[in-house]
Amino acid sequence: MRPNHGGESARRQNGEALRFDLKDSPVRELNRALHERGAEGRSIRVANPGGKHNVAVGARFRGEVFIDGHVGYYCAGMNQNAAIVVNGNAGPGLAENMMSGQVRVKGDASQYGGATAHGGLLVIEGNAAARCGISMKGADIVVGGSIGHLSAFMAQSGRLVVCGDAGDALGDSIYEARIYLRGKAAGLGADCIEKPMEASHREELAYLLDQAELGGMKAGDFRRFGSARQLYHFQIDHLGAY
Amino acid sequence: MSAKIDRSWLAESHTFPRPVIREIQRAAREGIYDIRGFGAKRRLPTFDDLLLLGASMSRYPLEGYRERCETRVVLGTRYAENPVTIETPVTIAGMSFGALSAQAKEALGRGASEVGTSTTTGDGGMTAEERRHSNLLVYQYLPSRYGMNPDDLRAADAIEIVVGQGAKPGGGGMLLGQKITERVAGMRNLPEGIDQRSACRHPDWTGPDDLEIKIQELREITDWKVPIYTKVGASRPFYDVQLAVKAGADVVVVDGMQGGTAATQEVFIEHVGIPTLPATRLAVEALKEAGVHREVQLIVSGGIRSGADVAKALALGADAVSIGTAALIAMGDNSPELEEQYNAIGSSAGYYDDYQEGRDPSGISTQDLDLGKRLDPETAGRLVANYLRCLTLETQTLARAAGKSDVRNLEPEDLVALTVEAAAMARVPLAGTAWVPGAVK
Ligand SMILES: Cc1cc2nc3c(=O)[nH]c(=O)nc-3n(C[C@H](O)[C@H](O)[C@H](O)COP(=O)(O)O)c2cc1C
Repeated sequence: MRPNHGGESARRQNGEALRFDLKDSPVRELNRALHERGAEGRSIRVANPGGKHNVAVGARFRGEVFIDGHVGYYCAGMNQNAAIVVNGNAGPGLAENMMSGQVRVKGDASQYGGATAHGGLLVIEGNAAARCGISMKGADIVVGGSIGHLSAFMAQSGRLVVCGDAGDALGDSIYEARIYLRGKAAGLGADCIEKPMEASHREELAYLLDQAELGGMKAGDFRRFGSARQLYHFQIDHLGAY
Repeated sequence: MSAKIDRSWLAESHTFPRPVIREIQRAAREGIYDIRGFGAKRRLPTFDDLLLLGASMSRYPLEGYRERCETRVVLGTRYAENPVTIETPVTIAGMSFGALSAQAKEALGRGASEVGTSTTTGDGGMTAEERRHSNLLVYQYLPSRYGMNPDDLRAADAIEIVVGQGAKPGGGGMLLGQKITERVAGMRNLPEGIDQRSACRHPDWTGPDDLEIKIQELREITDWKVPIYTKVGASRPFYDVQLAVKAGADVVVVDGMQGGTAATQEVFIEHVGIPTLPATRLAVEALKEAGVHREVQLIVSGGIRSGADVAKALALGADAVSIGTAALIAMGDNSPELEEQYNAIGSSAGYYDDYQEGRDPSGISTQDLDLGKRLDPETAGRLVANYLRCLTLETQTLARAAGKSDVRNLEPEDLVALTVEAAAMARVPLAGTAWVPGAVK
């Protein structure tokens, strides 16, 4: 589900938004509500996250969740179905192992954003730190700014779109994931190479940029990177690269 | 033709015996380390170097078969709403579908369920067959996160965060292309037939402070229902166990260097980590010092073969043990009945360790569908159950002989050591002396 990330939809939904104030309550009640389906059809509004860890993890709820403030580790971890918007910055492990749904961070995200994510769309409007999309397994990640080193390390499948620059060792030991980079990479990791942009790639990239709602980006400005597939089998001649 | 030689005159070098010569020549030919399965094969101090003291005048024994000797253990009592109750202190260790055939995984589940104990998934995710045939299934959370998903996480009876494995503390998983079939590749989201190297570190946490938050995340996702174990390969178990406790684990699993593996570099298997014997004592010491011995349960593994091993591990303070290799052997791995077939692939019953190749004639460590069919899960499950029953009976026999009405009442005072090494490692006296080498007064 695609969220209205301004948050006005809270009022559009039938009934008032369900509200959680994390100032004096633990994340437990919020997460419990997101695991049950009882609240579906309503939106959820979370105030004062205050950098707490594990905000909105394991959601199964089909609906929108708005978090007004900064979050700590693993926000939206293992998300299924929910459309989660963080109106702030996110700590490490944002949307780790996400299965489906959409997670959007209006600010920056710390390291391991979208780690091992299997599905869904993660949008980081600002920058993402190191290891963004590490070991990703099918999700789509779109970063409005730049990403840190070792991003898409061992990325298995899915697509990582970066509108800014990438740090060192981009796509090290990458498998079948595709990387689209608009700016420069400080360096490519082992077995990661630039690959030609075919029409089908421009098409899928345009679609992702549209989904991410990051205005002003043109698919033609991006370059594509992926696996040279030279490390798929142990070979003595490649020993230096392992 | 050379003349007949008198072999009794030939001296083999201790430094360069024939297997070493062969390995050097193999390395020269292939230019890459040797990868194999099974566990360490070198001689190590083990539980065999300890003896149990039976009861006599100062303590009285319990009557075999008549007086009750409890074997039930409850795991995960610290924070979980639904702890795991096992009827015998022996569990089946994590071995992946991928390393093992679907039939072998099903058989392990059947065998464990028959005797009321748990089995464990592995690096590769949970299969439906395995879940269906395992009453108690522990779901491993590994660095690779292959197949990891919240539905399986919630379907599990416990979660085991794997930090390391005894066969390779500090190393990641491997599964060679021969075993990455369509189904395995699909579950792991990898291209078919590649040599898979899984990461040695978790992708989204490093160190004990992160682990604490990670454990909380898993508890939140599973609504605090199931226990969370942490498994470490034995290298610095005293510190690792204390850090796992601090991070909030319900159960700590310590896997000694003899621990089996599906595919690891030989140099790693034989030269990294410490044996299960000292690891057990250090882990118990760590729990005691942290004031949580028995509150946080300890499972030890690595080279457990008999009820004697189980009883000695428990006497040192473990709550349960887990078995990998022995369970495979119970199902028929390395069986002399397969001698000809082992010969055909250049091995012999009793020596077979090429689990990584996927050509296992027993149908256990393979993804070849035809080989897999050789293992009937029901029959193999019964063999596993029988073996587990035997381990339980042996453990009870020894516990009763020491006068214990619960196997976990065995204690270090019931043990002596046969060697100075084992005495120092287990911190029990050398038999016939009051000497505990290395103990600080
Ligand atoms: C074939 C095989 C596959 C294994 N796969 C895994 C695995 O996926 N994850 C894991 O933590 N340990 C794995 N192990 C290690 C076992 O969980 C366990 O630590 C070890 O087998 C215990 O030692 P033992 O074999 O001497 O009983 C595997 C072991 C074997 C023999």
